[in-house]
Amino acid sequence: MTLISKVGNFVTGTARMAFLGGNKVYYAWLAFLAACIVQALFAYAHQYDRGLISTSMRDSVSWGFYIGNFTFLVGVAAAAVLLVVPAYVYDWKPIKEVALFGELLAVASIVMCLLFVLVDMGRPDRFWHILPFIGRMNLPSAIMAWDAIVLNIYLAVNLVVASYLVYCGYHGIQYNKKFVWPLVIFSIPMAISIHTVTAFLYNGMASRPYWNSAILAPRFIASAFCSGPALLLILFQILRKVSAFEIKDEAIHKVAELMAYAMGFNLFLFGAEVFKEYYSNTHHLVHYEYLFAGLHGEPSPIAWYAWMSLAFAVISFFLFLIPKTRRNIVTMNIGCVLIYASVYIEKGIALIIPGFTPDQLGQVYAYVPSSTELRVAAGVFGVGFLLFTLMVKVSVAILFERPQAEAQPAHAEAQPARA
Amino acid sequence: MRELPTLPAMPAPEPTAEGYTRREALVMGLFALAAAATTTGCAVDRQAFDDFVAKHFKDLSPAELQDRLAQMEKRYTESYGKPVKVSATPAQEGVLFGYALDLSRCIGCRRCVYGCVEENNQSRDPQTHWITVLEMDKEDGVNLQNANAFYDHETVPAPGKFYMPVACQQCENPPCVKVCPVAATWKEPDGIVVIDYDWCIGCRCCISACPYGARRFNWGTPHIPKDEFNPVTEYLGNRPRQRGVVEKCSFCIQRVRKGLYPKCVEVCPVGARKFGNQLDPDSEIRYIIENKRVYILKEELNTQPKFFYYYGL
Repeated sequence: MTLISKVGNFVTGTARMAFLGGNKVYYAWLAFLAACIVQALFAYAHQYDRGLISTSMRDSVSWGFYIGNFTFLVGVAAAAVLLVVPAYVYDWKPIKEVALFGELLAVASIVMCLLFVLVDMGRPDRFWHILPFIGRMNLPSAIMAWDAIVLNIYLAVNLVVASYLVYCGYHGIQYNKKFVWPLVIFSIPMAISIHTVTAFLYNGMASRPYWNSAILAPRFIASAFCSGPALLLILFQILRKVSAFEIKDEAIHKVAELMAYAMGFNLFLFGAEVFKEYYSNTHHLVHYEYLFAGLHGEPSPIAWYAWMSLAFAVISFFLFLIPKTRRNIVTMNIGCVLIYASVYIEKGIALIIPGFTPDQLGQVYAYVPSSTELRVAAGVFGVGFLLFTLMVKVSVAILFERPQAEAQPAHAEAQPARA
Repeated sequence: MRELPTLPAMPAPEPTAEGYTRREALVMGLFALAAAATTTGCAVDRQAFDDFVAKHFKDLSPAELQDRLAQMEKRYTESYGKPVKVSATPAQEGVLFGYALDLSRCIGCRRCVYGCVEENNQSRDPQTHWITVLEMDKEDGVNLQNANAFYDHETVPAPGKFYMPVACQQCENPPCVKVCPVAATWKEPDGIVVIDYDWCIGCRCCISACPYGARRFNWGTPHIPKDEFNPVTEYLGNRPRQRGVVEKCSFCIQRVRKGLYPKCVEVCPVGARKFGNQLDPDSEIRYIIENKRVYILKEELNTQPKFFYYYGL
């Protein structure tokens, strides 16, 4: 077989695996995601037609729900590293088989990140201005330009590694370790860098005291190490139920333990931030007052979410810290949902909005996303989840469900074992 | 101020050869793709094409700049039903503009705000203002957390209040320029921070970075009644803006580079606004900086504004 026919065979074969042979729930899920995407296309068409005035963003709060989601998803993408580090570096067997799914999650998340940036742009038609060579990137000073670079490199690396491993598994051939290994090692600092650069995007703005804190990047990394794995743990349990995917309880508990440490560190950093602001009690405290209560006697529309996020974080920290609740399937899943919700609120709402409220001249604009923003965001998540679902379906089918005779132990080959 | 040469003196990259450069070819390819992907089925007209491939202002050769200016004049003349002039007046040598505002004189009448709107072709619907006038308590002093930009009195000044107009401070160290991912905004040699509206991608990083809340985004399509349109315009100043791009005060670049005062200085009924060349030792602005106790907004951020507040009375 020539390479071209091999690749063609791979594409048609995986497409068949992605769309055929699912159960009713699978097709219902795909239909649901497709519906999310279709309604979002209408919402985006409306926004494209009328401009960003159809969002609730204004000059006072000039970034909102879109950029909040973008930031959250960069964290989810970076979190793939949490699974890759122990799997590849420490050669810790139980986690190794799940690292591929971390990479697939990273790919889907970065795609969502790029879409959120695109829908937030005032002139999406001028996207080419930020492309290297044909555009005019403001390097080295603009963090947004750096972010575009690292996000695209991270996307490319994960896409190449994951699709190469799946491709080799599909054809039952031994993958080339010399090709995969350096890319995997490279993806580890890249994961740290995408979230660090994204944090620097906010961190570097002296005009916004709420973000102008040296521990913003460490906080981003710590919270990402909670939210990404939370999503994967739930996914693994679903896959274990509905497919031939195998994962030992030991691996799940180990990931949960790592999440407990990450959440503990995240809460510590948050506490350090809160102490600094409230104890020094400067004018800069207004942003925290808006986050947790409100200003000028007006309650803030986000205070309720901020307290909820904090409560979820504390509860899930203890659920994951105590071995008994960590190993109990019910309490662990409650913990996963709480962690995901907590970090989603923290990044999506509590990071962006108070940074802009009050604005640079002390004016308060109570931002709440418009229905257009919510609908478009639902569509972006729809695209990401659809992509992730299809990729996971294919990977599981190739690595866990194919007859062993056909592709030898494809299962074992897909993992860069050093045996 | 001395007389200006009217020739565009922007740096020319290199003489353009016949045919297309690699960059132009790539951009055109992208445009073809975008057009092909368009589901609306509307014809791709020449204007849309020109806008899509429009180069960065600093990448235009002198000939291309003249073409672009002529194109714009034609288009704006058609849209607004009167002859429109679009210039690209270069900065004068030996000029560094400076602005001073006497807080003890300002009465908060907002004539500057609306004078600016008319002069600089800001959108009337949705309403865009480059100048924000803050009302604060005399007892409290300059405290932005208690400032009110939306005061609405029958007459001003209100008892016990003072007023602080804020617009672009034309920083020597501008955070907005630093963060722009596509270099669509930059500082000119005479100190004015300008925006190329044809290059801005509307990411709004600059709005986040500006400590003075000076930048405005065109959330909707800007609208100016034809009879109110100011036909004397500048490429990097008051020419019409598109939806989805950022704009802000340019010290009335279309006026000050021709030796006129900014409109806000001209319309201020109490003479609170002073403007001039900081490098001219005999200028009024220089006198104020040297002899008055000037105040810089958010001095600790090291933005080094060319805008000085002072108490003259």
